[in-house]
Amino acid sequence: MAGGQERILRRRIKSVESTKKITRAMELIAATRVVKAQDRASSARPYSDEITTVIVDLLRAGAAKEHPLLRDNPTANTAAFVVITSDRGMCGGYNTNVLRLAERAIEAARAEGREYSIIAVGKKALKHFRFRGLTVDAEFEGVTDQPIYDNARDIAASIRRRYETGQLASVDLAYTQFLSAGTQQAVLRRFLPLEVPEVTEAEGPSADLEYEPSPTGILNEILPRYLESRLFSALLDASASEHASRQRAMKAATENAEDLKTTLSRIMNRARQDSITTEIMEIVGGAEAMSADKGSAHELIPSHLEPEHAFPVHLDRTDHSRSIH
Amino acid sequence: MPLAVELVSPERTLFSGDATMVRARTVGGGDIAFLAGHAPFVGALAVATVEITLAEGGSEKAAVHGGFIEVSDDHVKILSDLAELASTIDVERARKAQEKAQAAAQNGDDDEAIAALARASARLVAVEGFH
Repeated sequence: MAGGQERILRRRIKSVESTKKITRAMELIAATRVVKAQDRASSARPYSDEITTVIVDLLRAGAAKEHPLLRDNPTANTAAFVVITSDRGMCGGYNTNVLRLAERAIEAARAEGREYSIIAVGKKALKHFRFRGLTVDAEFEGVTDQPIYDNARDIAASIRRRYETGQLASVDLAYTQFLSAGTQQAVLRRFLPLEVPEVTEAEGPSADLEYEPSPTGILNEILPRYLESRLFSALLDASASEHASRQRAMKAATENAEDLKTTLSRIMNRARQDSITTEIMEIVGGAEAMSADKGSAHELIPSHLEPEHAFPVHLDRTDHSRSIH
Repeated sequence: MPLAVELVSPERTLFSGDATMVRARTVGGGDIAFLAGHAPFVGALAVATVEITLAEGGSEKAAVHGGFIEVSDDHVKILSDLAELASTIDVERARKAQEKAQAAAQNGDDDEAIAALARASARLVAVEGFH
């Protein structure tokens, strides 16, 4: 009994050890990815900041807010949700938090008698909604690990087309906001109709701008770019959050593996000692039984049993070559 | 006083530095050049080349595939969702693309081919200057 248990424990310790190596490696990879994702987010900021400035300037100059992306679609009854999750798991509650938030919003929309449309970014969102029996209208995979601007352009294009043709009443964006390496928060943000900063007409010196072509013409050109840029920063935020969550989850897993290893080694050592004790008891018991049969005890024990017989290096009882007989 | 120029793509800032002049082409089809003290200006850019004459001499050229330019207080900001500095353009590839697009454009009045031709030409002009 005891020897078999020892072998099983030894095997488990080994597997815990190799799992620990994997989780440790994943933790380190995620750590470098977080830094990279943050760098990318900060190098993307000048563009999105500047595009917002230009829009504000254009509105100050009296550009007409007539673009389809700014309009409500009163006839449409569909609320679209872009849900950004990861492709892979092993990142703690990262996906669960976003999905729960998105699902609550979808339920709310359905309770109001509206149709829903899901745009899933990341395998986890796709699998989750399929499993729940919800229809997923568009899916994007292989994006969230390291998003590039082309990804944002593709996703934005698919939403834009449906919004501009008046099929969608609103588009919400569910993703995880990266607040700091320790804090990430799942958020739901209104994406369309675009909310542009309210500007009172002709305030400040920028009203004297020169334009080519007209302010409205430029605004109509720039709004789709603004949409893409907002989506891109959401993707970058989600990506940084994903890697930070994974780093944290893998750190916890590594620590757990360490604890588990300690506990298992302790149990294993106890099992080994037990089996040694049992073996000695059996030998002594056997010797006594034989001495009771054949005569005095000192005839048997000293001549047949050396210490190395009683304490073989390992106590595999199926090993007959090491039998004491 | 020189112009502070920034060429920004969605993913990163491609160029940032002082210049004496910036020349770009707007969607109207005409070139426009900016010197220090230019009036505030916002324009949509065509698929063309932007030339930045550097304050310390020499020039930096970039192919922009659409985008926007904003000028105010001697700050020039060029936003383009697809911009390439001349030094990063693969000439061989651009030339092949140009030939392919040219052939396609001659065969039919294809919008895509014409757009591709404009992109390839913008790249080549950025590297080699105007023909």
